[in-house]
Amino acid sequence: MSPTVTVRWTPVCPLDRLDLDRGVAALVDGVQVALFRTVGGLFAVDNLDPVGGAYVMSRGLVGSRGGVPTLASPLHKQVYDLTTGHCLDLPGVTLRRHRVRCRDGLVEVRLRQEE
Amino acid sequence: MSERGERISRLVVVGNGMVGQRFVEALRARDRDGRWRVTVLAEERRPAYDRVRLSAVFDGVDADELRLHTPDAGVELRLGEPATGVDRARRVVTTATGEHPYDALVLATGSYAFVPPVDGTDLPGVFVYRTLDDLAAIRAHARGRRTGAVIGGGLLGLEAANALRLLGLATSVVEFAPRLMPVQVDDAGGAMLRRYVEELGVTPYLGVATTALRPGPDGTVAALDLADGRTVDAELVVVAAGIRPRDELARAAGLPLGPRGGVLVDAACRTADERIWAVGECAAVEGVCHGLVAPGYATAEVVADRLLGGGATFPGADTATKLKLLGVDVASFGDAHGVTAGCLDVTYTDPVTRSYAKLVLSDDARTLLGGVLVGDASAYPTLRASVGGPLPGPPLALLAPAGGPGAGAGALPAAAQICSCNAVTRADLDAAIAGGATDVPALKACTRAGTSCGSCVPMLKQLLDAAGVRQSTALCEHFDLSRQELFDLVRVRGIGTFSRLVAEHGRGRGCDICKPVVASILASLGTGHVLDGEAASLQDTNDHFLANLQRDGSYSVVPRIPGGEITPEKLIAIGEVARDFQLYTKITGGQRIDLFGARVDQLPQIWRRLVDAGFESGHAYGKALRTVKSCVGDTWCRYGVQDSVGLAIALELRYRGLRAPHKLKSAVSGCARECAEARGKDFGVIATETGWNLYVGGNGGFRPRHADLFATDLSTEELVTLIDRFLMYYVRTADRLQRTAAWIEAMDGGLDHLRSVLVDDALGLCADLDAAMARHVDGYSDEWRDVLEDPERLRRFTSFVNAPDVPDPSITFAVERGQPVPARGAPPGGEGRRQPVVLGLPEVRR
Repeated sequence: MSPTVTVRWTPVCPLDRLDLDRGVAALVDGVQVALFRTVGGLFAVDNLDPVGGAYVMSRGLVGSRGGVPTLASPLHKQVYDLTTGHCLDLPGVTLRRHRVRCRDGLVEVRLRQEE
Repeated sequence: MSERGERISRLVVVGNGMVGQRFVEALRARDRDGRWRVTVLAEERRPAYDRVRLSAVFDGVDADELRLHTPDAGVELRLGEPATGVDRARRVVTTATGEHPYDALVLATGSYAFVPPVDGTDLPGVFVYRTLDDLAAIRAHARGRRTGAVIGGGLLGLEAANALRLLGLATSVVEFAPRLMPVQVDDAGGAMLRRYVEELGVTPYLGVATTALRPGPDGTVAALDLADGRTVDAELVVVAAGIRPRDELARAAGLPLGPRGGVLVDAACRTADERIWAVGECAAVEGVCHGLVAPGYATAEVVADRLLGGGATFPGADTATKLKLLGVDVASFGDAHGVTAGCLDVTYTDPVTRSYAKLVLSDDARTLLGGVLVGDASAYPTLRASVGGPLPGPPLALLAPAGGPGAGAGALPAAAQICSCNAVTRADLDAAIAGGATDVPALKACTRAGTSCGSCVPMLKQLLDAAGVRQSTALCEHFDLSRQELFDLVRVRGIGTFSRLVAEHGRGRGCDICKPVVASILASLGTGHVLDGEAASLQDTNDHFLANLQRDGSYSVVPRIPGGEITPEKLIAIGEVARDFQLYTKITGGQRIDLFGARVDQLPQIWRRLVDAGFESGHAYGKALRTVKSCVGDTWCRYGVQDSVGLAIALELRYRGLRAPHKLKSAVSGCARECAEARGKDFGVIATETGWNLYVGGNGGFRPRHADLFATDLSTEELVTLIDRFLMYYVRTADRLQRTAAWIEAMDGGLDHLRSVLVDDALGLCADLDAAMARHVDGYSDEWRDVLEDPERLRRFTSFVNAPDVPDPSITFAVERGQPVPARGAPPGGEGRRQPVVLGLPEVRR
């Protein structure tokens, strides 16, 4: 029901700056984004930990739970489904996802803003 | 509405020893209607404590840890108010301060130490070994003295001898019988025991009586005269020549006594006066007094049942005993001396492992009647539970030391008593398991088995196994293996990466549980820098940035300050770094300095300065050795007896960087005053006049625990070897996030097992452990120096991959007491920041 406002794609860094399963943070139009490269592809989510309130999600550990790719908060270890952003440990808590793609060896991010 | 119209009755209990306390607890647990209002009159000024473990005080255990009493609003406990008389006609107990009327009276006055009628037992410096106050007086008198003696070589006498030895006295034991522990062991067992005792430096004088105690020039005791003309130097004497029941109240009240003293009671533990009962060591049950705690507890249960209308009777005494005396396991059970007509002995003597065992069998060799074990008592729980029933296996298999309890508890009949302290049978335990108890703690909680002396705990595990209950040791959904199994796999197969390990021996892509575990295993096995290659993606953020993540997303930095010793120049360097980077500064509990509020991009700059000033990583961010704290030691301190600072620095430098299942802390104290608080550490060292005592398994934190004495009077070299092995064995075999205390507790055989592995090399592992530690020491290099020298590693220390020069705008500070602290409230650029949600999750402290 909340319309998605489409913003432009912002090039962020070369793909080889992303180590497998290890995140980095990027600043996109003033928004902190956490980027990950896994064997299942690229993921971009808010760097803000929705529970802890600090900008740390890019430093969490990537893994899987029941086949779903996951990200664990480095503060208090809540685990999020990277494909939906839903917290698997706390019902109702969601990590905002952003769109991410790789073009000509460059990683690009497009913010998704729910209003 | 009380249709039954039962009134509340008054119950007075005289005595708050172990049995008195147990009786009150048993009664209160069952008296759901509140039929009894309970008053307890106690002679001592402290509530009930565990007298069986009294000697643990000399191993450094706090008197508070021995406490048995838990406050109960329904019980009035009057400490320091001994009963002085019983008026049976008026039904009141009198004390120095008043009268206590009763409807029922339970005598639980215990016993006193028997002091033989020998000249000089009233000299200053002569003690008995009965209460915490006795032990405090012994400790005080031992100070500055060199020799001590114990009169009596029985169970209590040997405990006392060990205490004197721990207090640094050259100790002798004088026993009238021709062997030590004459009641429990036979001649051959006594001979084995004697060898152990002599090796510990205790001198036994056997088969000889003490004829007098003589004073020295200062009027305190100085020597013992023996009947054979010899003299034993002793500036402190403990009399441990047996106990006598305290029956004086009953005697004065005109109640009948047993033939050898004690309040005479019937099988219901009732005296000739139907309102008066007796429990524990003061009671002569059908004429016989029992001096052990298990029969005492049985009497407590009987009277509690009777007072609530039950019909329980005393089940007969189990005189089985297992204890550790002077570091030697001794156990005796059933007909230990083979007095049953026609009985057969099977004996086993092993001079190599120095163990002696004897089984007493019925004349047809089918029924176990009793036995004696010296040196290795691992078979005790199974054997004791088998007394009176068929043998659970061939006799030699039962006694062979390496095999432990040969057949195990699974072979025992349902009626076999597994926990003799709390009278729990196999049937009780099987019922609890069927009712859903799936581990040892659950069994303990619902049956009380294993909650007193703990010797039956291995059998609880065996019963769970026998019932088919399997404890999952799987690390997480990605590995079915435990941390220890993974460790062995990685070590033996030489697996060097997480992806290979999870592909070959697991499933999925790992998680925040298994990834750091594998990273730690790889680091423990010394496969390169923690941030190299794939290992970088396994590390928790703390290990990833080699700093400690704080609540606002900033990090703290802790340089190593070995032993807490630091030069003024280095202190100034830390101060300058903190000032220049505007870091909040705090002294830690581990005698170093924590610098807070650093951004990721500042970490390399901060460390450049610190490394240049001669600092290296303190590993505060890792599951690794943190600090070895120290007191100032004999360099400066008037009381110090060893160089605690020097040793602490040497230990900290030796073990720095060692990755482990959990953080590790240590401390060294230069004398027994223990200013470094070494007993609160995973491994702690306390100086003695002649060397070092090593303690293991302590920790602060959520469940504080004092470390246990592991070995005494070690040379520095011996000490370091033992710590090497202790740490490596822990690194290899502990579970994820299992601290040393829990690791030892979970071990079959606990501290004794650990000693056998690390001191006696029972598993043949020591050479391997020594080599592993040598590799660690040789392979150490400072992680921060390595990072600073490598541009690839430095590259990850940026806040934003696309804006390396922009500092993280979310990290902002306020000022509190002149220092920067995280600014609270909405962060800048905050787009609808969520408020923290607290859902009662356990905080995971890393």
